[in-house]
Amino acid sequence: MSAHAPAILPDLPEHGAEDNYLTHGKGILSWVFTLDHKRIGVMYMFGILFGFLVGGIFAVLLRTELLSPQPTFLRNAQASMDFYNHMFTLHGAVMVFMFIIPAIPAILGNFVLPLMLGAKDVAFPRLNLLSLHLYIIGAVFFLYILLSGALHAGFGIQLPGGFGLDTGWTFYTPYSTSKSASGVVPATMGAFIMGFSSILTGVNFIATIHMLRPRGMTWFKMPLFLWGMYATSIIQVLATPVLGITLLLLAVERAFGVGIFDPKLGGDPILYQHFFWFYSHPAVYIMILPAMAIMSELVPVFSRKHIFGYNFIAYSSIAIALFSFFVWGHHMFVSGQSNKANAVFSLLTFSVSIPSAIKVFNWIGTMYKGDIRLKTPMLYALGFILLFTLGGLTGLFLGALATDVHLTDTYFIVAHFHYVMMGSTLFAFLGGMYYWWPKIFGRMFSVKWGNISAVIIFIGFNLTFFVQFIAGSQGMPRRYATYPEKYHIYHVISTIGAYVMAVGLFMVLFNWLHSIWYGRKAAANPWGGNTLEWRTTSPPPHDNFAVAPAAEDPYELGAWQYDPKIDGWIRPDADALAARGRVD
Amino acid sequence: MSTGHTIASAAAGHDAHAHPPFLAHHYDTPEQQFGAGKLGMWIFLATEILMFGGLFCAYAVYRANHPDVFIYAHHYLDRTLGGINTIVLITSSLTMAWGVRCAQLNRTRGLIICLLLTLLGGAGFMGIKTIEYKAKWSHHLGFGQANQYLPGKSAPTDQSPHGAEAASSANTAAATAHPATAIADRPARTTSIEVDPNSGTPDEARIKPPFVQPAGLASRASHDGNHRIQFDDLGPLDRNRVFTFFSVYFVMTGLHGLHVLIGMALITWILVRTLKGHFSSAYNAPVDLVGLYWHLVDLIWIFLFPLLYLIH
Repeated sequence: MSAHAPAILPDLPEHGAEDNYLTHGKGILSWVFTLDHKRIGVMYMFGILFGFLVGGIFAVLLRTELLSPQPTFLRNAQASMDFYNHMFTLHGAVMVFMFIIPAIPAILGNFVLPLMLGAKDVAFPRLNLLSLHLYIIGAVFFLYILLSGALHAGFGIQLPGGFGLDTGWTFYTPYSTSKSASGVVPATMGAFIMGFSSILTGVNFIATIHMLRPRGMTWFKMPLFLWGMYATSIIQVLATPVLGITLLLLAVERAFGVGIFDPKLGGDPILYQHFFWFYSHPAVYIMILPAMAIMSELVPVFSRKHIFGYNFIAYSSIAIALFSFFVWGHHMFVSGQSNKANAVFSLLTFSVSIPSAIKVFNWIGTMYKGDIRLKTPMLYALGFILLFTLGGLTGLFLGALATDVHLTDTYFIVAHFHYVMMGSTLFAFLGGMYYWWPKIFGRMFSVKWGNISAVIIFIGFNLTFFVQFIAGSQGMPRRYATYPEKYHIYHVISTIGAYVMAVGLFMVLFNWLHSIWYGRKAAANPWGGNTLEWRTTSPPPHDNFAVAPAAEDPYELGAWQYDPKIDGWIRPDADALAARGRVD
Repeated sequence: MSTGHTIASAAAGHDAHAHPPFLAHHYDTPEQQFGAGKLGMWIFLATEILMFGGLFCAYAVYRANHPDVFIYAHHYLDRTLGGINTIVLITSSLTMAWGVRCAQLNRTRGLIICLLLTLLGGAGFMGIKTIEYKAKWSHHLGFGQANQYLPGKSAPTDQSPHGAEAASSANTAAATAHPATAIADRPARTTSIEVDPNSGTPDEARIKPPFVQPAGLASRASHDGNHRIQFDDLGPLDRNRVFTFFSVYFVMTGLHGLHVLIGMALITWILVRTLKGHFSSAYNAPVDLVGLYWHLVDLIWIFLFPLLYLIH
C-alpha cells in the first residue's frame, strides 16, 4: 500500500526544486520504517481506506441480500442466511476496528496534531511507528478471517481457527465461546492487537499535547481539534485495556474452556457484556469526539468567524470523555440487569446529551451571521450538524427505559447508530480529509465535484437509514436475513440508498486520486485558517516548519486575505510573524 | 531522520547549544524529553492497571457470588511459596530502585550489580511460580480442561485442599492416588479424607461439621479457626464453581507472570545498554522508565498475593 505513495507525485519541476516530506527519502523502506508522523499518517490512510472499502463491500452485499423478503443470494436458504450472518458481522467488525476507530486520530490526528502545535513530530515517533505496524498486524488477522471464510465457502477448505465470522461484531457469549464455528479467536486477536495500536496512539497524543505545545499556546489557546484529540486519547488509554483483557479472556475461554464467560462451565455471560460495553460504549466516543474536533475547525474557517463559545466546546469534550465511562449499561437494558442499575444508567445516558448539544449550539452560534463559504468541507460540516442532531435525538428514545424495550435490537437502533457513526463520523472524516487534503498532498481537488459527491452521499445516506427508523419502530428486528412482506418497501428503499451512497463514495475517491495527478498546486493556506499547520508549505517539509511558528489565537481569522492569483490566503504581516517565531 | 535536524535547527536559529546525541530532534531540551518519556510511561502504566482491573473485577464478581468456593479452593495454594515470592519480588524492586539511583549518580558498577540482582529476583520468582504451577498440574488442578473440578467431568477429587503444600513437602503420593468420583451427581462425599493439613491429625480432619446451608454460613464457620471448609460443606451450586477459582487464579497469575518475563527482557536490554556505556547522570531515562514498569509488576503481585492466597 505504502509503496505507491512516493510514486504518485508526478515529477513536476516545482517538486524537484523543493524538498517536502513526500520526497524526503526514497524507496519503500524509507516509508515502512519512517519516524515521520506525516508519512505514518499517510500510510494509515491507505490501510484505513482499504478497511473502509472492504467493510463497504460487505455493506453493499448485505443490503443486496435484504432486497427480497426471502433468501436472495443463494438458492439454498440455509447457506443464504449463513452468508448473511457472516456479512453483517464482518461489516461491523471491519468498520469498527479497522476503519472508524482509527480513522480520524490515526490519519488526520497523526498528520495534523504536531503541525498544529508547531512541533517537529509527536512525542514518541518510534512508538507511533509501532502503532502503525500493530495496526497492520491486526489487519492481517482480519484478512485471514476473510480468506478462511472465502476458502470455506468456495472450496470447502478449513483453515485452523474457524472460517469467517458470524457472531456479530460484539462477540457475545456463549454463542462465541461454544457454538460458533467461525474464526472467533483470530478476530479477537486482531481486535486485541489493534487495541494496542489505539492505546499507543493515545499515549503518544497525550504526551505530545502536554509536552510539545509551543510557547504562548496555553491550554485554552489550543485549537479545539487538539482538545478533541486529547479527550479521545483519554478514552483510548482508559477504555481500550479493558477491551484487551476481555478479548483475551474470550479467546482463552474458547481455546481452553476456563469457565469465566461460558455459563455451561459456571461462567457469567452477562459479565462479558459488562466488560465489552465498558470499552465499547466509550469507544463510540472514540469515534465521535474526533469528528467533533474536526467540526470545530471547519465551522469557523468556512464561516469566516471566530469560534463561538470556545471554553464550552473545550470543556464539553472532556465532559463527554468522562461521562462516556458511566453509561455502558444502557446497552444491557434487556440483558437481565437489575431495575435499579437500569434506572441509573438511563439517567446518566441522558446526561451525555448535554455536552453534545452544547457543541451543536456553539457551531450554529459560530455560523450565525457568518460569511459562510460552501466549499466541500463545509458541506460535510453542515451535513454533520443535521445528521448528528437526528442521530443524537433518536438516541434519547433508546436511553429511555420504556421505549428502549420496544426498540432494542430493531432497525431503529441500526438507524440510530448509523446516523451517529456514519452520518456524523464519516461525514466529519470526509470533511476533514477534504480540508487537509491540500496540506497532505499539496494538490487541490475539484471543489465542484467534491460538492456534487457530498450531496449524493447525503441523499444516499438518508435514503438508506431514515426508512430504517420507520421499519424499526414497526418491529423489524436487526440481524435477520429474511423478513415479513410488510417491511419489503423499507428494505428496497434502504438498499437503493446504499447503492447511491456507494456511487457517491467512489466519486470522492476518484476526485482525490484525480487531484494527485492532475490537481492544481495548492497554496500554503487554501482555506484561510489560522491554525499553525497553514503556516508551512503544502506539502510540509520533512521538519514541518522552516521557522518555528509563534502561536496566536487560532480562530482570529481577520488577518488573512484571499489572493485569487494563488487561490489561497495570505497574511500581509507574514514576515513580521516569521520574525516573531524566530525570536521565540 | 536525524540527519535533517541540523539543517532545520540551524535555519531556525536556535542552534547556539548543540543537541546532545541522546536528544531526539523534535525536543528542545533534555528535560522536555525526559518529562515526555516519564508522562508517557505513567499513562502506559495506567493502561496496565486497567487491563488487570478487568481481571480484578472478574475476581470480585465471582468471589462475591461464591464466597465459599474461594475460601475452599484457595487452600490449594501454597502460602509459603507465595510468601517467599512476595519477598523476592519486593527485594527486586528495592534493587531496581537502587539501580536507578546508581544511574543518576553515574555509578555504572553499582548499576550493573543492581540490574543483575533484579534479574535474579525475577528469575527466582518465575522459578518458584513454575514449581507451584507444576504442583497444580500434577494434582489435576490445571488450567481449563486440565482441572478436576471441571463441571461434568469425572474427577479424581479425593484430595484435600493444601495438596500443594503436601506436594512441596514431598508428600505427594497420599494426596493424589485416589480414584475418581464424579462431582456432579453426588449429594455428599463418600470417601474419607486422608490428609488434613489444617489440623495436623487425620482424626480431627474426619470430624465433619454439620452440613451448612445456605452457602455463606460455611465461610463463617471457617473464621473461628476450628474448622476449614471442606468440599462437602459447599452448597450444591458452589460445587460446580470450584473450577472457576482456578481459572481466575491461572489467568491472573499467568498474565502477571508474562509481565514479569517482559520486565526481565527489558532489564536485560537495559543491562546490555549499560555495558555499552549508554547511561550517565545526564541521560538515564530508559533505566528510570523500566524501573517504573518493574515496580508496577511488583505492585500487581502485592495485590494478587493476599487476594488469592490469604483469603479468610
